[in-house]
Amino acid sequence: MKYVDEYRDGAIARDIAARIRTEARSDREYNFMEFCGGHTHAIFRYGIPDLLPDNVKMIHGPGCPVCVLPIPRLDAAIELAVTHEVILCSYGDMLRVPGSRKRSLLKAKSEGADVRMVYSCMDALRIAQDNPGREVVFFAIGFETTTPPTALVIRQAQKLGLKNFSVYCNHVLTPAAISNILESPEVRELGVLPLDGFIGPAHVSTVIGSQPYHFFAEEYQKPVVIAGFEPLDVLQAILMLVRQINEGRAEVENEFARAVTYEGNPQAKSVVADTFELRRAFEWRGLGTVPYSALRIKAEFAEFDAEKRFTVDYKSTRENKACECGAILRGVKSPRDCSLFGDPCTPENPLGSCMVSSEGACAAYYSYGRYQERTFATDQTHPAA
Amino acid sequence: MSTQRSYTSDLDLLKGKVEMVHGSGGKAMAQLIDQLFLQAFSNPYLDQLNDQASFNLPPGKVVMATDSHVISPLFFPGGDIGALSVHGTVNDVAMSGAVPKHLSAGFILEEGFPLADLKRIVDSMAAAAEEAGVSIVTGDTKVVERGKGDGCFINTTGIGVVPDGIELGGDRVKPGDKIIVSGSLGDHGVAIMSLRENLTFETTIESDSQSLHDLVATMVEAVPELHCLRDPTRGGISATLNEIAQQAGAGMQIYEEAILVKPQVKAACEFLGLDPLFVANEGKLVAFCPADKAEHLVEVMRSHPKGAEAAIIGEVTEDSLNFVQMQTAFGGNRMVDWINGEQLPRIC
Repeated sequence: MKYVDEYRDGAIARDIAARIRTEARSDREYNFMEFCGGHTHAIFRYGIPDLLPDNVKMIHGPGCPVCVLPIPRLDAAIELAVTHEVILCSYGDMLRVPGSRKRSLLKAKSEGADVRMVYSCMDALRIAQDNPGREVVFFAIGFETTTPPTALVIRQAQKLGLKNFSVYCNHVLTPAAISNILESPEVRELGVLPLDGFIGPAHVSTVIGSQPYHFFAEEYQKPVVIAGFEPLDVLQAILMLVRQINEGRAEVENEFARAVTYEGNPQAKSVVADTFELRRAFEWRGLGTVPYSALRIKAEFAEFDAEKRFTVDYKSTRENKACECGAILRGVKSPRDCSLFGDPCTPENPLGSCMVSSEGACAAYYSYGRYQERTFATDQTHPAA
Repeated sequence: MSTQRSYTSDLDLLKGKVEMVHGSGGKAMAQLIDQLFLQAFSNPYLDQLNDQASFNLPPGKVVMATDSHVISPLFFPGGDIGALSVHGTVNDVAMSGAVPKHLSAGFILEEGFPLADLKRIVDSMAAAAEEAGVSIVTGDTKVVERGKGDGCFINTTGIGVVPDGIELGGDRVKPGDKIIVSGSLGDHGVAIMSLRENLTFETTIESDSQSLHDLVATMVEAVPELHCLRDPTRGGISATLNEIAQQAGAGMQIYEEAILVKPQVKAACEFLGLDPLFVANEGKLVAFCPADKAEHLVEVMRSHPKGAEAAIIGEVTEDSLNFVQMQTAFGGNRMVDWINGEQLPRIC
């Protein structure tokens, strides 16, 4: 397949992997966090850990929109579908995520709620046009990549004068989450989370550009390499990070130059700025309450804001005590450190959000990387052992 | 052919619709059977018009399989629910190594369903049955009220006879066996997906829906030592490999580079975030064969039009954890797990 296969070439991969092995110094470790779930997925799907030397380790970050959505907001979406009897349109990933009391959108659907899976927010708009007598709510989640389409759909709804369409906005911001991780005591004080550099987001960066990451490189002295989601992108980014560390540099480099510029996409940024405003604080699963880390719909579009249109309770809930999703999302723990991993928590019976989305570290690890269990089972030095 | 009864007017196969009376056991139902089903399926067993078919079977082990078909949409590039309902059951029977003989057909029709569509489906079933060398020997029709069905559902049950000396099954698969696939993967699922209402995209991909009885007959004749055959339908090849790994108490190692996926299917999967290994097929089979016979079997398969692109994609390994692993074209290894949840409902 043109423009895809080129980035999955096994011979080039072996070549880059050999260079990583040669250049990575044997007297130290390299701990890199890939922020995005898209990278986590690629790393496991293509078996990248097999190609890396033992002292180059990948830590999986919180960049999975499904994983970081707190349970109360999912409960609220279920509530919209069940109590307010709206047609709730959601991206497929969200449907199976367990909310409180083991409820999920999919269970609500089987009990009669009108929950529909959509591939695009435009589909939700169309459903609203086709069902003028019903309230239709689009359950908007995601980082900066999915935010511009949501902004456009709100504006389109206004233009069409739709009276039965609204958006339940849960859009969150990448830089705020990276700051939160870098500021966390595990990284700053305790050294529990050794973090030598970041693989920067692919699609998010096409929108926001490489500019926002310069602060992290300078302020925290952590190199950032923005990389595409193809496996060769990831390997190349790892090599670039190894080189930065070896040369004592902490810069923002752009491996994904074919799609990402310094400024990003000005049109997308301006439609977002015109439609949304910052929330003072937003709860993230795993990271807790993070200031200025999410967006809400501006007052001038209030009629399209499901939070204003419906009264929905936001009841905080207790998560399964043994579930380590929080620590895993912060990179402090690995999926196999969780006592629930694999038994009873599996992709068929997910107890935590990281096991649901294919971009979640637990699901990626379980679905693609579990064969390594054999090695871990005999690895007495591992914390989980 | 049945004796023609007299009806006040012929069944309107152009503009007519299925009505509740077509399932009521009265004259309207008799007319539907006479003028549609019997016309299309006519054979000596069915034409006896008894409530059951009676027939003799050649000597050998008898196998039986059933499959209900609820596919949406009913007509798709490369096939329709009628042909599919024959192929699906014929293939389930054939995967035992058997020669499929007879089918039953049960229809659940929704009130208001166009008779022209029903005729198209029934004619397609008849053609598929003829091609597969099976006769539809008994059937049933029920009609449900408008809104209580989705046009047309079809159940078929098939019966076949296994030639002497052939014994196939997942439990016979052994470490060291080679894994062979008869052709490209994912065609059926992607063809169906391209038609779904909220997923419209253009593709030239046709479903691979076809009966594999003749390919199977060629294979078991050439290599009777074959251990197992399975058609990777719902859940794709990943489900098939995991199922058999568990039945055999073994593991599997496959190689991504050996697996054929058409560029259009790959592109559609890429676009939709799907894995071709999870996508359904309706005209492909996976064979597990002793290593020393594998090359010969692939040659034999390639000489048959339905196996022209057959290839060895991996081997069965010793593995108490029954993991299916794949060496990626990229060079690393990964698990090929069962599909989680539902990738696409009503694919067959």
